[in-house]
Amino acid sequence: MTNINKLQKIATQIRRDIVRMVHAQQSGHPGGALGCADFFTLLYFDVLKHNPQKFSMEGKEEDMFFLSNGHLSAVWYSVLARSGYFPIEELKTFRCIDSRLQGHPATDKKLPGIRIASGSLGQGLSAACGAALGKKMNKDKNLVYCLCGDGEIQEGQIWEAAMFAPAKRIDNLIAVIDCNDKQIDGSVSNVLNLGNIKAKWEAFGWMVIEANGNNMSQLSISLNMAKTLTGKGLPILILMKTEMGMGVDFMMGTHKWHGVAPNDEQLAQALSQLDETLGDF
Amino acid sequence: MKQYETKEFKDTRSGFGAALHELGKINDNVIALCADLTGSLKMDAFAKDFPERFVQTGIAEANMMSVAAGLSITGKIPFAGTFANFATGRVYDQIRQSIAYSNKNVKICASHAGITLGEDGATHQILEDIGLMKMLPNMILINPCDYNQTYMATMAIAEYEGPVYLRFGRPKVPNFTNIDEKFEIGKAIVLKEGSDLSIFATGHLVWEAIEATKVLEEKGISVELINIHTIKPLDAQTILKSVAKTNAVVTAEEHMMNGGLGDSIAQLLVLEKPAPMEYVAINDTFGESGKPADLMKKYGLSAENIIAAAERVIKRKK
Repeated sequence: MTNINKLQKIATQIRRDIVRMVHAQQSGHPGGALGCADFFTLLYFDVLKHNPQKFSMEGKEEDMFFLSNGHLSAVWYSVLARSGYFPIEELKTFRCIDSRLQGHPATDKKLPGIRIASGSLGQGLSAACGAALGKKMNKDKNLVYCLCGDGEIQEGQIWEAAMFAPAKRIDNLIAVIDCNDKQIDGSVSNVLNLGNIKAKWEAFGWMVIEANGNNMSQLSISLNMAKTLTGKGLPILILMKTEMGMGVDFMMGTHKWHGVAPNDEQLAQALSQLDETLGDF
Repeated sequence: MKQYETKEFKDTRSGFGAALHELGKINDNVIALCADLTGSLKMDAFAKDFPERFVQTGIAEANMMSVAAGLSITGKIPFAGTFANFATGRVYDQIRQSIAYSNKNVKICASHAGITLGEDGATHQILEDIGLMKMLPNMILINPCDYNQTYMATMAIAEYEGPVYLRFGRPKVPNFTNIDEKFEIGKAIVLKEGSDLSIFATGHLVWEAIEATKVLEEKGISVELINIHTIKPLDAQTILKSVAKTNAVVTAEEHMMNGGLGDSIAQLLVLEKPAPMEYVAINDTFGESGKPADLMKKYGLSAENIIAAAERVIKRKK
């Protein structure tokens, strides 16, 4: 089996996890999580240099990942568990009282893999800039990754960070924008049109790559290309096109599954489209 | 009270700047961040001598706070400086999520706090910052009274692991504390013992309270004067011990009455030992342009106001 095939199988199980987690509590955000399942799988099972069994906050001599759009917590928790940060059974506790798997990622209950809270949008890219600067100061050659949503970049703070990173020559940072053109109130272009975002980020001084976020082999090539562009004085941005709800036909092509849980019938319908490749939690 | 005489006037922000520079020499992990106010914050000496550890963020305070949080993840001790207004209200959500909730080792260094910012007027004179910051879980809140104490507080917070809000000011004020005096976070300092009345003062109002105490003593009122440099955590033990003796309280602060030091003490007393109490604070109004000393008088924050409050509370006690 090729590595890509393996990764695709993992991604399918992660999609099952997402749908089951959100269904169990009748609460959560399945759409964006499903859309980014391929990216998270590739990142945690192939790209990141990391140490899941021995998580350390400082992450010395490791790559780091920051999730700025924290409502994608379901996909993050699933990849963290499945890559060994914490027991897979703990996914059952998603959004439950006393759980370490808070609705949006948090550090107060010490869930391995999480370095900062996110959920209130727009802050993660700045935090990633800080961590990347810290790594440079520490002479740590590893990279910092950050995921933001396309709706999220309507937040002004994103553009403060967009200006900051090139000005400070933060070239150990790979930021990714999940371009699914969906946000709560509708399509991003209708809610608040972002205009030519490639030109905007390039004008701010970023090296911009466009990628297909739902094609594992193409996305792998794009992420590897991004890595080769690090260390050249500029931050890297990947505009990653995804389909919200990818993998579950009735959740695709609409913004309606941004923050809605499937009922029992919808769950069965969704799971019939997603093979249990690694065993359910 | 003789030991608190002073002829030297210095700004608390310079105490911060001098300590930050010293920290730069002794602790490689100390990083300074500033949003285009390096001179005003007295961070220029640090910036000059440790350029590789100074991060000029430009006029982008939200980014600065979250960048500081990110730096702390890699083991750095970021000191993020700007005016108190821009260090709290403007970036409340960044502090709340990225620093307080995430419990990051970030030192928020807030200069030009309160009405003594002076001529720039109410847009820049934040009088709500203590309230905003003390409501955040995990946040330590320190408001030192003079140059020396600001120096000592700055040194102390570098050793403490966790979020801190350090509040200081612009004008030159009497520098009267002993630079060798131990600064312990959360431990109030009894400046003078007394039996009729407890005065709890913080920041610039400590000096006003010293001046007031001299007058009150001449009038035959025995004042216990306590400097509350740490507003959170509050030194409940020292406060309750004092009030058990005096059963009368005046609080004094350069802040809104709502949500300030006075409210913290009132809450403690309501729960533990109710006693007559008067506030010296700003009562639900914005400030305005003017000389710091004139503003202190106009807005009721001078020694005379503390004396009047003391006399009122002594009457209520009887």
